[in-house]
Amino acid sequence: MPRWLAHTIVVILFAALIALAFSRVNYAWNWSGVWEYRQKLLQGFGVTVALSVAALVGSTLIGILAALLVGSKNVLLEAVGRVYVELIRGTPLLVQLLIGFYVVASAVGLENRYVVGVLVLSLFSGAYMAEIFRGGLAAIPQTQRDSARAIGLTPWQSLRLVILPQAVRLVLPAVAGQFVSLIKDSSLLSVIAVSEFTLAAQEVNSFTYSTLESYLPLAAGYLLLTLPLSALSRVLERRFRYET
Amino acid sequence: MLLDIRNLVQRFGTTTVLDGLTMHTSDVRALVLVGPSGGGKSTLLRILAGLDVPTAGNVAFDGEQLPRDEPSLQEYRRTVGTVFQAYNLFPHLTAMENLLLPLVHVHGLTDLEARARVREPLERFSLADHAHKRPAELSGGQKQRIAILRALVVQPKRLFLDEPTSALDPEMTAEVLDMIGELKDLGTQFVLVTHEMGFARGVADEVAFIGEGRVLAHGPPGEIIDRSDVPRVRSFFARILR
Ligand SMILES: Nc1ncnc2c1ncn2[C@@H]1O[C@H](COP(=O)(O)OP(=O)(O)OP(=O)(O)O)[C@@H](O)[C@H]1O
Ligand SMILES: [Mg+2]
Repeated sequence: MPRWLAHTIVVILFAALIALAFSRVNYAWNWSGVWEYRQKLLQGFGVTVALSVAALVGSTLIGILAALLVGSKNVLLEAVGRVYVELIRGTPLLVQLLIGFYVVASAVGLENRYVVGVLVLSLFSGAYMAEIFRGGLAAIPQTQRDSARAIGLTPWQSLRLVILPQAVRLVLPAVAGQFVSLIKDSSLLSVIAVSEFTLAAQEVNSFTYSTLESYLPLAAGYLLLTLPLSALSRVLERRFRYET
Repeated sequence: MLLDIRNLVQRFGTTTVLDGLTMHTSDVRALVLVGPSGGGKSTLLRILAGLDVPTAGNVAFDGEQLPRDEPSLQEYRRTVGTVFQAYNLFPHLTAMENLLLPLVHVHGLTDLEARARVREPLERFSLADHAHKRPAELSGGQKQRIAILRALVVQPKRLFLDEPTSALDPEMTAEVLDMIGELKDLGTQFVLVTHEMGFARGVADEVAFIGEGRVLAHGPPGEIIDRSDVPRVRSFFARILR
């Protein structure tokens, strides 16, 4: 059986199961209320995309910096990197957002909640990116560095021409996966009242009292973003496997 | 080449790998290093190739001392070629790109000049048809021969080869050894570490037996391989030559 057929069958089975569940609870659908607020949902969707892309760029930069810190020979710099990575990965994003917004941002007089949201999200995701990048660099065998030195490359040339091109290929699937997490995690920005997709759905729900009609489009919207990324991640992974 | 090694010591932490190694060769074209596993052959070769700095001691090729500072060592590495046991090639580049990389980025040739430079050697060693392939698409023997070519096309003073065939099956081993033999006939100088005693006997001008971080015997291949009077050396060859 071809893969697409298997996928289609499984999706249909799942849909049938959910449809069955809905028919059992006799849910009274009312899509017209939510339809009124479609503009709000679309806007929220747009904000989520923009926040996620901004945080992806931010977390990539922070991730590179943190990976360099963790890999540094200077023990102080290494400690800074390690503490950052462990602190962030060991605590809930919710807590980081609340502290970041109500304590840190207030203390420094940063009021734009979108900027704070992107910063906190970047710092959060950056810790995971740092581990991805470090793993990618560590996966390049020592013989590659030796070969690069043996042909007379400078350390910078060796990084640019030999190490990075291989490491980037190696980490791309994981980075795409991290982007998927980032998009879903951005929903937590609703707690500091950033008008992104999830907050929009919450508001539509409170206006219309149509809970499922408000949240089902939310699920569909996130899937619209994350499914292609997951597929991309898998394609990249497979392509790299064939290359080596 | 005249190789002159005096009291070479290499320590990693508390382990002493080279323990006052001393050797003076006559003017040889092919020097072969043999000896038991862990004896220090690779450690010595890495120092000769300018990849590692010894803890103490001196090495001179043709009367010229190897430097100890990294900038001069980098300069030195550009004048020699080194091939390891495996994974020499950069897997994200084609065979051709692997050959061009040092020519263009280290030796300042234009892409066109570099391509002209590699054309004849690729033909000579029947590798031209494989130049467009990535390492993953090449056989082990082809990979090693491209790696040797990459070291060669920059016209180095000499090559350092560390067991270039020990990751290969017999057929591919033969094709790589044939190439090395041909290079010698063309005038290339090299220091080779190998366990292929038949080949060593034929190609070496001198053989050095490295064990316990020292040169335990050194001389013409026949003398070392067939009739050494050093018990440690004699028992080694008795065992591996059956
Ligand atoms: N960077 C290092 N750190 C610590 N020990 C090392 C290092 N490099 C080599 N050694 C040790 O030095 C000894 C000699 O190693 P070397 O690789 O030079 O031997 P060899 O003669 O090339 O052996 P083989 O025939 O197995 O390749 C070994 O015991 C090895 O474990
Ligand atoms: Mg070795």
